[in-house]
Amino acid sequence: MLNVPDSGGHFGPYGGRYVPEVLMSPLDELEQAYHAARADESFQAELADLLKNYAGRPTPLFHAERLSRKLGGGKIYFKREDLLHTGAHKINNALGQALLARRMGKKRIIAETGAGQHGVATATACALLGLQCRVYMGEEDMRRQRLNVFRMRLCGAEVVGVTNGSRTLKDAISEAMRDWVTNVNTTYYLLGSALGAHPYPLMVRDFHRCIGEEARQQLLEREGRLPTMAIACVGGGSNAIGLFHAFIGDASVQLIGVEAGGRGKKTGDHAARFSGGAPGVLHGAYSYLLQNEDGQVALTHSISAGLDYALIGPEHAHLHDLGRAEYVDCDDATALAAAVELSRMEGLIPAMESSHAVAEAIRRAPMTAPDDILLVNLSGRGDKDIDIYRENLKELDSDSPQPAF
Amino acid sequence: MAALERGGADIVELGVPFSDPIADGPVIMRASERALAAGTTVEKVLETARQIREHSSIPIVLFTYLNPVMRYGFERLARRAKEVGIDGFLLTDLSVEEAAGFVSAVRAEGLDTVFLVAPTSTDRRLELVAQYCSGFVYVVSRTGVTGVQQQVSSSVRPLVERLRHFTQLPLGVGFGIANADQAAEVGSVADGVVVGSAFVRAIETTPPDQLFDTMERMARDLKQGALRGRG
Repeated sequence: MLNVPDSGGHFGPYGGRYVPEVLMSPLDELEQAYHAARADESFQAELADLLKNYAGRPTPLFHAERLSRKLGGGKIYFKREDLLHTGAHKINNALGQALLARRMGKKRIIAETGAGQHGVATATACALLGLQCRVYMGEEDMRRQRLNVFRMRLCGAEVVGVTNGSRTLKDAISEAMRDWVTNVNTTYYLLGSALGAHPYPLMVRDFHRCIGEEARQQLLEREGRLPTMAIACVGGGSNAIGLFHAFIGDASVQLIGVEAGGRGKKTGDHAARFSGGAPGVLHGAYSYLLQNEDGQVALTHSISAGLDYALIGPEHAHLHDLGRAEYVDCDDATALAAAVELSRMEGLIPAMESSHAVAEAIRRAPMTAPDDILLVNLSGRGDKDIDIYRENLKELDSDSPQPAF
Repeated sequence: MAALERGGADIVELGVPFSDPIADGPVIMRASERALAAGTTVEKVLETARQIREHSSIPIVLFTYLNPVMRYGFERLARRAKEVGIDGFLLTDLSVEEAAGFVSAVRAEGLDTVFLVAPTSTDRRLELVAQYCSGFVYVVSRTGVTGVQQQVSSSVRPLVERLRHFTQLPLGVGFGIANADQAAEVGSVADGVVVGSAFVRAIETTPPDQLFDTMERMARDLKQGALRGRG
């Protein structure tokens, strides 16, 4: 289970490298460069230094006492990736890959972004390392994540709106791949989730493994034992695989991924790939895919732009089929309610994506015993989502007297 | 189709649209959107091939992306393709590394599998890709998505010369070729010229009553150009 992927990038039957031939040799080069960097102590030292002194690792592990007590079950701990520079876990991977790009001599970086967190992290890493940066973003996502569009531009990145298809993450990745196919000799594609062709799912996982490794260590120090369960939201699945990986070998730890249940069970209204999809190929990888009976990729919906994607990362498909991880979905309204609850009980305003994981913890906690531990990845903070919160919580946005809490 | 054949086309590519055509430029992307909006499916394209076969023996290559084909089923598609008279397949995003199951299903029906090589392909990859090809090898003229351009890429000649070391199959060069002069330039090094976006653009922009004449004339110009190039 831990010995994946194979040399071709396969996690069981999933993953692999399904791209036009023009990208095959560049992907070989990238794989070689990555393995060389991984084995290079000076690369690792520079990354470790940036993660510590620039991004803010290690992130704290916070025991949410009031929320745990109210729910009446086990102890809920939040891994505070939301405290990282730029506001989410995405910076772990962006710094790692930007250093790799520089090492490979690539001066032009392209990236896709959904919620904008990966775009901001990439723009930030490029500013830091003096690299040229272009970010593709669906126009629908630009509308709902205005703040992040501005942050990317402020860091010197060019943000290109994508008007094809559903104008969300899927279309942004397609457009980034078209750019990469065209400019592959000069350009590094800094992919932001555990998706795409090999070696991206491996590389992105490795750059986020610190999440689970730190949390495991912190829990052992604080509680002297492992968590009962580890919970994370899953769009492509980078924060989830980063959290899960340290626990895959610990059979007692339940791994729970939370997909976007959206606004209903109908195709097009959610991004729940395991309950609504079937294995297929999109953007270079074979995994569970939301598609119609003709093999056309289905539209998706989620209140959170970062979970709004038709394919789940291939390692999650593998963990699912093995029964090692369990995947559930959480609808828009439940995620929103969880965000409000966490804000009021603990003063933590989560990103809309992370709210899906919070909701699952709130649902499960009452069914757990007092000595159970629920480890939840708070993958991002909610600053970027304030407009969505305001739109959905109009009563808080008026100046008439608020109900007392 | 008849117009293309009258104009001198030797092989016709019949496309199945895909929702996320990552290797295609704006012209084919728009065509895919129109085709999907009109309800085009693998089954309907097979039916089109069957109708063409009723009055033509021109070789037909079915080209698309992997997922619609995977969903339909490799064995089922190969069997149906054979029945309706399709001669071969070209899947843009299927690397040879992942192609074993598909190739054996298609070859079992005696049909051809065409794969692409690109300017970025190393010699090791040219040799590998050529091993998976039958019918012809598709040489991508440049790095980039499909679509017309002003000049034929300078990478064509060295790529074709490298590839000749590894295969006896005919080599067809495509991506960015739209007129007779470009066809002549390609014809001087390769065995075939592949033209896609230029025809699709003509279909998009030509009034219906002039379309067949335009297609026939374009095909004839390109064919004459290619033959002139061969000398």
